[in-house]
Amino acid sequence: MTVLHTAVATTPATTSGNGFPVLLALLLVPLVGAVLVTLFRNDARTAKLVALGISVVEFALAVISIFSYHTGGARIQFSGSADWVRSFGVHISFGMDGIALVMVLMISFLVPVVLGASWDEKLPEGRSAAGFFALILTLEALMIGVFSATDVFLFYVLFELMLIPMYFLIGSYGGVNRRYAAVKFFLYSFLGGLLMLASAIGTWSYVQSVTGSGTFDWATLTAVVSHAPLHTQIWLFMGFFFAFAIKAPLVPFHTWLPDATAEAPTGVGVLLVGVLDKVGIFGFLRYNLELYPDASRTLAPLLLVLAVAGILYGSIVAAGQSDMKRFIAYVSLAHFGFMALGVFAFTQQGTVGAVTYMVNHSLATGMLLLVVGMIAVRGRGSVRAEDYGGLMKLTPILAGVFFLAGLSTLSLPGTNSFVSEFLVLLGSYQTQPVYTILATIGMILAALYVLWLYQRVAHGPIRGNALVSVAGGPGAATDPSLGARKMIRDLSGFERMVLAPVVVLILLLGFYPKPLLDIVNPSVTATVQQVSVQEGN
Amino acid sequence: MGNVIAASGVASTAWLLLALPAFGALVLLIGGRRTDGWGHLLGVATIVLAFVWGLVEFLHATGLPAAQRVQNLHLFTWIPVNALQVDFGLRLDPLSLTFVLLITGVGGLIHIYSIGYMSHDRDRRRFFAYLNLFIASMLLLVLGNGYVTLYLGWEGVGLASYLLIGWYSDRPSAATAAKKAFLMNRVGDVGLALAIFILFAKLHTTQYTQVFAQAHTLSGGTLTAVALLLLLGACGKSGQFPLQSWLPDAMEGPTPVSALIHAATMVTAGVYLVARSNPIYDLTSSGRLLVVIIGAITLLLGAIIGCAYDDIKKVLAYSTVSQIGYMMLAVGLGPFGYALGIVHLLSHGFFKAGLFLGAGSVMHAMDDETDMRRFGALFRRMPITAVTFGLGYLALIGFPFLSGFYSKDAIIDAAFAQGGWRGWVFGLAAAIAAGLTAFYMTRLVIMTFFGPARWKDLKTADGGDYHPHEAPAVMTIPMIILAIGSVGAGAYLTLGHRLADWLTPSLGPLQERTTGGSLSPGAVTALTLVLAAAGVVVAILAIGRRQVPVRRPEPVAWPIRAARNDLYGNTLNETLLARPGQWLTGALVFSDRRGVDGLVNGIAKAFGGSSGRLRKLQTGFVRSYALSMLGGSILLIAALLLVRFSG
Repeated sequence: MTVLHTAVATTPATTSGNGFPVLLALLLVPLVGAVLVTLFRNDARTAKLVALGISVVEFALAVISIFSYHTGGARIQFSGSADWVRSFGVHISFGMDGIALVMVLMISFLVPVVLGASWDEKLPEGRSAAGFFALILTLEALMIGVFSATDVFLFYVLFELMLIPMYFLIGSYGGVNRRYAAVKFFLYSFLGGLLMLASAIGTWSYVQSVTGSGTFDWATLTAVVSHAPLHTQIWLFMGFFFAFAIKAPLVPFHTWLPDATAEAPTGVGVLLVGVLDKVGIFGFLRYNLELYPDASRTLAPLLLVLAVAGILYGSIVAAGQSDMKRFIAYVSLAHFGFMALGVFAFTQQGTVGAVTYMVNHSLATGMLLLVVGMIAVRGRGSVRAEDYGGLMKLTPILAGVFFLAGLSTLSLPGTNSFVSEFLVLLGSYQTQPVYTILATIGMILAALYVLWLYQRVAHGPIRGNALVSVAGGPGAATDPSLGARKMIRDLSGFERMVLAPVVVLILLLGFYPKPLLDIVNPSVTATVQQVSVQEGN
Repeated sequence: MGNVIAASGVASTAWLLLALPAFGALVLLIGGRRTDGWGHLLGVATIVLAFVWGLVEFLHATGLPAAQRVQNLHLFTWIPVNALQVDFGLRLDPLSLTFVLLITGVGGLIHIYSIGYMSHDRDRRRFFAYLNLFIASMLLLVLGNGYVTLYLGWEGVGLASYLLIGWYSDRPSAATAAKKAFLMNRVGDVGLALAIFILFAKLHTTQYTQVFAQAHTLSGGTLTAVALLLLLGACGKSGQFPLQSWLPDAMEGPTPVSALIHAATMVTAGVYLVARSNPIYDLTSSGRLLVVIIGAITLLLGAIIGCAYDDIKKVLAYSTVSQIGYMMLAVGLGPFGYALGIVHLLSHGFFKAGLFLGAGSVMHAMDDETDMRRFGALFRRMPITAVTFGLGYLALIGFPFLSGFYSKDAIIDAAFAQGGWRGWVFGLAAAIAAGLTAFYMTRLVIMTFFGPARWKDLKTADGGDYHPHEAPAVMTIPMIILAIGSVGAGAYLTLGHRLADWLTPSLGPLQERTTGGSLSPGAVTALTLVLAAAGVVVAILAIGRRQVPVRRPEPVAWPIRAARNDLYGNTLNETLLARPGQWLTGALVFSDRRGVDGLVNGIAKAFGGSSGRLRKLQTGFVRSYALSMLGGSILLIAALLLVRFSG
């Protein structure tokens, strides 16, 4: 018991309140922005401009927060706390470590890009652009909240609240089967969340029985429950596990993802696959590994099997897709497998790899989705690969960007994703050589599914029902390729502006990832030490 | 092996070698159509400048004492995570500088040739961008100072190769060949990656300097595993058995690409990798034996298949497969062969690039036709091409005192010098393949340049007549320069052990045979010459004295049928990998919809009575945030009570 008390006593020293106003602003600006945007219900253009302005301010705030972050300093920085439900020890408390910080940066970087890409989104009848953009800003605030919550109950609440704007974004603004996809998404996530709630309460109760006072404060819970008997840890572990295995889908909890990605508007899909799902991997690290280190070690083989299964299964099924959005969903399934592998191998390099994979996957997959959206705009909304062919000739710049996104997806060295995949595999090999060797098959499959899709869409003669139909039907011109060429434009200046920052980051983080690694590395050390019997490399 | 010292002076500007071609590629890719007018000139200029700079570095290094010839240039820290400190830096030593000269020298000539060859292509600028991208990656591959920087260059050249093989993307065969090349390379790349993981697990570093210094601390099993995995990588990139089948397909690319990437430089990267890793291979005799076996199998396989093809580029491609087999065999002999492998690599770089450019010139003249059965009597129509090609041919078959005579014979001799069964098996394999080489190359030369002009009675693909003509000077001059190299390079590099001595700081001293071996050096030379002469004579009798049919004869005896089918390498891939893979993909896509998802929907139905009702209920439920929070709270309280009671 004395051990526990010293652990609790040292907790405050690991947090630092410096910079809390920045975090508070990060949380409030998009919320206020969302309200502002709804004021321009009847003026779509102004609404969009206001939303974009807010999101750019938010990104600037996030950049400022890097300078307030003290690398290698306190574990959790930007901390601030207020009581919420005193009798249960529930607090409204926020704070960020390096992992949360890079995710917040990622979110605030992607939202302006997504808003730009959604500028001319054709909304279903009767839906306003103001509502759409306001929902995205609300989602942004909630996602930042999820990553920066330091109270477990608050985390749960935000985790579930986050579903609501996403549910409406898919269910009200999505494709033909949007209802089905939205409900499926919601049900899966919500049920996972409830299991997590049960575990959180169980943890609260255990800590209360040990220390005599109940609290949901993450640091306090961690200090106590991480010493709980193994069987208790395993039960509590499972609730969080289901929530996160659904969110960052691992096989076989993934079937909601292809539907949701396929039906969501392109920009929303980027936020869904790029950011929202990362809460799962983040959750494994912050909650499963830290709260229940003994259970994590015991159950690691189960997770590793699911991770490798996800890599292989996702890759193979992706190769068989002709719907490009579903393709991206299955590719992501494989990539979440890589992240889980990195997390549950418990090495420094593997975990840093998994965290940077969260960022790099957002960029690579995000850009791939955006490009697919831009192709669809030119092909009567079709996202089926067989509707296209020869894009390299028709729209060389669009095809070039598509190819770059593909290269990043298959983790070619020189692109951002290589650094993270390399770190995951190299790190995992140190403790789990067998699983890692199986996972490297995913490297070969990645080349297969990316290049095959690219060959179908971009190589060969200019072809495609969708494209030619725009030009007035195959019979309209004697040479259908010429007819199409007249109508189909390459990327517009605006589209290039939307994609350019992502392209730059993909290459920059491929050759100079050091700043990102330096922020993430010290935060990962704490997690790895917590879960490792002996320290990793 | 000499110490590694920090680069200073001229050596510290070696980053320019990479920066120049990379800059060219970037300008051409970003500039797009605006650079159409002068893009090719920028491409050529950057490579020529890189060559000049490489020469400066080389001359500077030759002026240094041998102990200071291995220099390390740190540029920036690339991937730092605790013990893993991956450097982005260059290793300047005799081995890398030799490659720099080969890559930028031959690369520069092929750039110049491409100005003429690609002049009718409206995307010529993009072609030069890709060539520049290739040169930059290849330079990084050989200059990188650790296995991870090598890996960056390694996959970079794979990307450039993919882009260039698929250049004529209209043809499905080109797009498929490009994809196949990248995929088979990735199989090899996984080997390389796993080798890196093992090295880090055991030595906590991936930089050459530290790995080589500590290699002796590794256990025998680890060394063999690393050697095997590196060899897998080398097989992928260098088209060695069992990953050879992508290289002939790669001939779908424009011919200058075949010359530069798929003959002179990139495909030799595997040889470079084994030679570079000599401190590892020195310590594992079983690892070396494996390299020798792969080399011997490949050199025979390539030579046999080369005899059966009628496509001029495919014959040259299988010849390349076979010649790289010789280099692999050489570097597998360890200290007896590292330098010999590099010598053959350089002389092969000259004559094979020259042969490909000659083939390109023939195709240029013959309306892109590659079927040798449609050629004949081109000697008079294109004398410069014929003479330069002829010199390359003589160099390749090991005609006395030309390049191949020195570089290939030395390898055959070293193989025999091992003595015992190994000496006989590997020596004879190499010598027999030399005879086959002489046969298929003589066949190629006769069918192309001599005999009756079979094209006179034929029509082109467009239905026109053939008008063979000599290529413009911008194409013939590079061919002439390469022909001079084919004649003189072998003698220049080997006499007085010039190259072997220069490479000593990188590869250790070249060891000479101490015992008699299976055959004496004189006997080996005599045997090789006799076999080569026999190959030439048989070819003349079998092809030169008879009428060559314009359509290839069918049916043929089974050995020819097998050779025409690449000795069934592709069929094997198809049955073992492609078909089961397709079946598995189909099955999993189906079961993902019907199985996993169907199960989930089924459970939903079971609980909700009907999925429609469930959907309706849930839709109404989530519509209201308040309601959902209420539900959550009720559950919360219930759960709290439950835990309380049980606790």
